[in-house]
Amino acid sequence: MTPRTSLDVGGMGHSIKRKEDPRFIRGKGTYVDDVQLPGMLWLDIVRSPHAHAKIVKIDTAAALATPGVLAVITGQDLAKYNLHWMPTLMSDTQMVLPVDKVMYQAQEVAAVLATSRYAAADGAAAVTVEYEPLPVVVDPKKALEPGAPVLRTDKKDKKDNHIWHWEWGDRAATDRAMAEADVTVKQDIYIPRIHVASIETCGCVAHFDKVNDKLTVWMTTQAPHAIRTVFALVAGHVGLQEHKIRIISPDIGGGFGGKVPVYPGYVIAVAASVLTGKPVKWIEDRMENLQADSFARDYHITAELAAKKDGTLTALRIKTLADHGYTDAAANPSKFPAGLFHVCTGSYDLKAAHVEVDGVYTNKPPGGIAYRCSFRVTEAVHTIERMVDLMAHQLGQDPAQFRLQNFVKPEQFPYKSALGWEYDSGNYGGALLKAMEQIDYARLRKEQQEKRQRGQLMGIGISSFTEIVGAGPSKHFDILGLKMFDSCEIRIHPTGKAIARFGTKSQGQGHETTYAQILAEELGIPARDIQVEEGDTDTAPYGLGTYASRSTPVAGAAAAVAARKVRDKARKIAAHLMEVAEQDLEWEPGKFSVKGAPDKFKTIQDIAFAAYTNHPQGLEAGLEAVSYYDPPNLTYPFGSYICVVDIDAGTGEVKVRRFVAIDDCGNIINPMIVQGQIHGGLTMGLAPALYEEISYDDNGNIQGGSFIDYLLPTAVETPKWETGHTVTPSPHHPLGAKGVGESATVGAPAAIANAVVDALWHLGVRHIDIPITPAKVWKVLREKGVTE
Amino acid sequence: MRVQLSINGEKHEADVEPRLLLVHLIRDVLRLTGTHIGCDTTHCGACTVLLEGRPVKSCTMFAVQANGKSLMTVEGLEQDGKLHPLQEGFMAEHGLQCGYCTPGMLMTGYAFLGKHPTPTEDEIRVAISGNLCRCTGYVNIVKAVQHAAATLREGAAR
Amino acid sequence: MIPAAFEYHAPASLDDATALLARLGEEAKILSGGQSLIPLMKLRLSSPPHVVDINGIPGLSYIREADGVLAIGALTRESELEESEIVRARYPLLHDTCKVIADPLVRNLATIGGNLAHADPANDHPATMLALGAEVVARGPSGQRRLPIASFFTGPFETALAPGELLVEIRIPAPAARSGGAYFKLERKVGDFATAAVAAQLTLRSDGAVEQAGIALTNVGLTPIKAVQAETSLRGKRLDDATIAQAARLASAASEPAADLRGSVAYKKDLVRVLTGRALRKAAERADRRR
Ligand SMILES: Cc1cc2nc3c(=O)[nH]c(=O)nc-3n(C[C@H](O)[C@H](O)[C@H](O)COP(=O)(O)OP(=O)(O)OC[C@H]3O[C@@H](n4cnc5c(N)ncnc54)[C@H](O)[C@@H]3O)c2cc1C
Ligand code: FES
Ligand code: FES
Repeated sequence: MTPRTSLDVGGMGHSIKRKEDPRFIRGKGTYVDDVQLPGMLWLDIVRSPHAHAKIVKIDTAAALATPGVLAVITGQDLAKYNLHWMPTLMSDTQMVLPVDKVMYQAQEVAAVLATSRYAAADGAAAVTVEYEPLPVVVDPKKALEPGAPVLRTDKKDKKDNHIWHWEWGDRAATDRAMAEADVTVKQDIYIPRIHVASIETCGCVAHFDKVNDKLTVWMTTQAPHAIRTVFALVAGHVGLQEHKIRIISPDIGGGFGGKVPVYPGYVIAVAASVLTGKPVKWIEDRMENLQADSFARDYHITAELAAKKDGTLTALRIKTLADHGYTDAAANPSKFPAGLFHVCTGSYDLKAAHVEVDGVYTNKPPGGIAYRCSFRVTEAVHTIERMVDLMAHQLGQDPAQFRLQNFVKPEQFPYKSALGWEYDSGNYGGALLKAMEQIDYARLRKEQQEKRQRGQLMGIGISSFTEIVGAGPSKHFDILGLKMFDSCEIRIHPTGKAIARFGTKSQGQGHETTYAQILAEELGIPARDIQVEEGDTDTAPYGLGTYASRSTPVAGAAAAVAARKVRDKARKIAAHLMEVAEQDLEWEPGKFSVKGAPDKFKTIQDIAFAAYTNHPQGLEAGLEAVSYYDPPNLTYPFGSYICVVDIDAGTGEVKVRRFVAIDDCGNIINPMIVQGQIHGGLTMGLAPALYEEISYDDNGNIQGGSFIDYLLPTAVETPKWETGHTVTPSPHHPLGAKGVGESATVGAPAAIANAVVDALWHLGVRHIDIPITPAKVWKVLREKGVTE
Repeated sequence: MRVQLSINGEKHEADVEPRLLLVHLIRDVLRLTGTHIGCDTTHCGACTVLLEGRPVKSCTMFAVQANGKSLMTVEGLEQDGKLHPLQEGFMAEHGLQCGYCTPGMLMTGYAFLGKHPTPTEDEIRVAISGNLCRCTGYVNIVKAVQHAAATLREGAAR
Repeated sequence: MIPAAFEYHAPASLDDATALLARLGEEAKILSGGQSLIPLMKLRLSSPPHVVDINGIPGLSYIREADGVLAIGALTRESELEESEIVRARYPLLHDTCKVIADPLVRNLATIGGNLAHADPANDHPATMLALGAEVVARGPSGQRRLPIASFFTGPFETALAPGELLVEIRIPAPAARSGGAYFKLERKVGDFATAAVAAQLTLRSDGAVEQAGIALTNVGLTPIKAVQAETSLRGKRLDDATIAQAARLASAASEPAADLRGSVAYKKDLVRVLTGRALRKAAERADRRR
């Protein structure tokens, strides 16, 4: 797409440098832990070594005797204010601090308030807690067996560990199609627990000003406005009212979904500040972050896919156990307890599909949040892409050709999927063919054959994913009743510069730049003249925040709509200034000119000045607008990824030799930023595919609870990503754009897993669960008699 | 204990507990908050500073060990209002997103380029392998270092 | 993660250090590069009341080859070993090893003395020194002594150093002609300890047969393991596929790994076999080049 604006204006399509970078490259960002207030106190948290245990006694004497320690806060203390439990985003309940028992290892048990970071740590180390261990449930299948210990004894009539059953699609039609199919494939797929592990952990500084009854909280949150409302709803009875709560989300060192929930630490810090009237800082360390913050995934999936002899796919059936830990604290739209998992028919034209998911309680930390992924979409994509590959191999067909045959075709859009989604636009074949060409697919297949003759293990894997982002149309999407619109407020100053504020919050995506570019595109005001602000609930308009790749689809659209409102008023002013009728004016970015007399024009800057100095009678002064944008549909970005792996038969190591990613996110605002999002997303797809997992032993002890064993890839493990794109605009988005932040995370794991299985298919290997570690591959190889 | 040290050419003094980690001296006491903290186990490199010119993890040193030493942090890269070519490179090549790992990456890159004026891609990848980035996928960080290497070579040739 | 409070000592000489250590006894921990000790203290897995920082003692950081011995001072950093021209050109096994320890930033502080004295079975230098047949020099209040490396590692995190003794130097015999070595480590990612690793050092005779072989294993037992039978099996033999396979099997048999997140016992034992084969081939290739 050739940009409509000049590089100087920097509208859509320009790779302008980011406006946020000058502070970051000087070390002048302000992250939560950089906030230091006079008289500030510190909070450190005592955590449970047990996964399930009764609390017999909490002895705080030694802690209170530690120099600098002011108080030890327990569940009993919070219970006095009825703050020991809080609601989760899925209307379940979660402990802030326990009064009688702990439900997972590393759960908060007590909090120590002290005058310094070091004293708080000493205090936490000095608290002794006596526990009486209870039977531990880690396996969700066992959790559902009759006689399993019931975990949620706090819920009066709860007799088992089953949280909810959810199903979607036409069961009868799917069963029929399955029965009639020529070929079916069936596979158990486990998608493990993983953790977003942004390099900045979570934390806050809570400051309750007793004189003005005002609470200000600097916190690592992706959704400051929603948090303010939740605080007001949960703590209204202790005097916190919404107009007296200010949430400030400062610079955030990566979010990826992990900074959506409300964690107990935040609430304890707020309570401590309200009680003492002093600022209180809580910053979790990495182990607390990995062990206690919300996790992602943990889906035990059984999938069946059906096809005709000629390779036409017909039906998909999925049953899933969703391990939610001890509470359902997933960050999903309320109506969808399994998120958007039912986008699992993917890029394929299936006639029938049915999905069932059962949520289960176990003795693990709560979660079911994203990992740079929109509401369970990775789970969906991984399943369908693995299954389609299985089917292609089963039928002896080339996986690329097989996909091309079964894709939803461009002329079928808008396309209604078997599970009821209306895909807005797509050209799946276009992306796959481009990826095949870029990587030279035919030559790779030849190389693979030659290598196989020599006993070398090389695999080629494809993933042709369809994403679903930009929640969402408010008739279907809300979180705790709050509709999932988003907002933009623009004010043009007399000198033609502007400030724009949003309800979202960037965590590295570069909103200060891309939003300014959208406004530059719509108004012709240079992006550098537009100040973008987010994350302060006292100043920004209400919005639901940044996650699930919704900022561009929703807040970006709000920006365009608000800008168009500004333009409508600007037209009136221009008509007044040039003494012509409004309909005689023509807009091009930056100015209104008189039709047929192009040298007669007023620039947006002229108009802005006039809005304050010479506005027409009968029109209000000023030039500003607000939009609360409620999208008519979600957007459906897509792409095709091809990956080449080599496997070391001696050690089981998998090396990603090449990885080509062709993405389509509709019209592109800043190509540089989009490519950066894809690089990052691919790396967060590589990570769970080969390295990352959080697991538990039979006693509920966490494995992988620090960076010693939770393996974030370094630059050495990460391949040199090769990217490209096609452009299929969204028909309903004002800019034709779609979200992109998560596509690559969603699409990449399946490409890698498919490549590994492709390398080993001839040995009889059908599936390996991610993460595909050297140890797992070695085991499979030796079972198949391959050795060095 | 009294520690005296120089950071970015400026002398600093502080009274500290022996157990105070160097990173906390830099951030909490001296308020140079560009140096970050991202882990407990010496894996992430968000805390990287130069100690006598070598990049080290300041979370894994006691402040008292830096007594009498000379340090450099991200705040010392810009000289007389002029950005270092690495800083320019990171902006030009989009080598940062959330910016949290960036100061550490910059310090590692700075020391590395001092010894390797014409690095290969693989050398750069190894050099930054003690610094984790969760946002960028490293591709553009590698490019940013190459960008700076080219600028520095041009500067030297002139 | 905040360490517990302690008293800090920075002796300026070896004599002061040994005297201090003798006085403080069990209460004190030596701080060298700090890259093992400080993480342990931050996690409060170790909370010594006294920390004795030896970094201010002059003359403990050097790499010198003389009189048929490569002498390395205990305070020599991994990055200094990695950059050393002597090490790169003449001690490829050692060069291989220091390049795969931790990550480049950790290597700027971590010392070779600390790596050996810490005696973590997962550390990489111990196996390398076993394969090289090194000696360590210990210095206590009553003077200096040399210990063969084979008797140095007495248990997990335990060495033959007496209380109050410091490790001050590592001595590696200079390689004879036609010698070469290699270190093969499988790690899950950069910065990880070995799933398993193998150090191999060979000296070949002019006819290509093995004159001397050193083979030792990392992180597959409670201490680093010298694979003596594997070494013996090679002596006097030419390195054909069968000989290498035999030695690899024997090395594997000598390993005693435990299952953990890195893999099962069977996996690690097999890795030792695979890596021993690769290390021997590489060592032989290098030996061949150094006639
Ligand atoms: C992220 C990370 C990854 C790592 N990965 C690896 C790896 O892959 N392979 C590897 O080998 N190591 C690895 N290490 C450990 C690193 O190499 C350590 O530096 C090394 O184990 C100890 O050396 P040090 O100089 O830091 O010792 P310190 O931490 O200072 O000391 C450790 C202990 O050794 C003793 N000690 C130290 N010096 C002496 C001396 N001169 N005389 C007597 N006793 C002494 C003391 O008891 C002290 O408590 C890693 C470390 C980190 C943080
Ligand atoms: S904070 Fe992670 S290495 Fe220092
Ligand atoms: S830019 Fe966010 S961690 Fe690197």
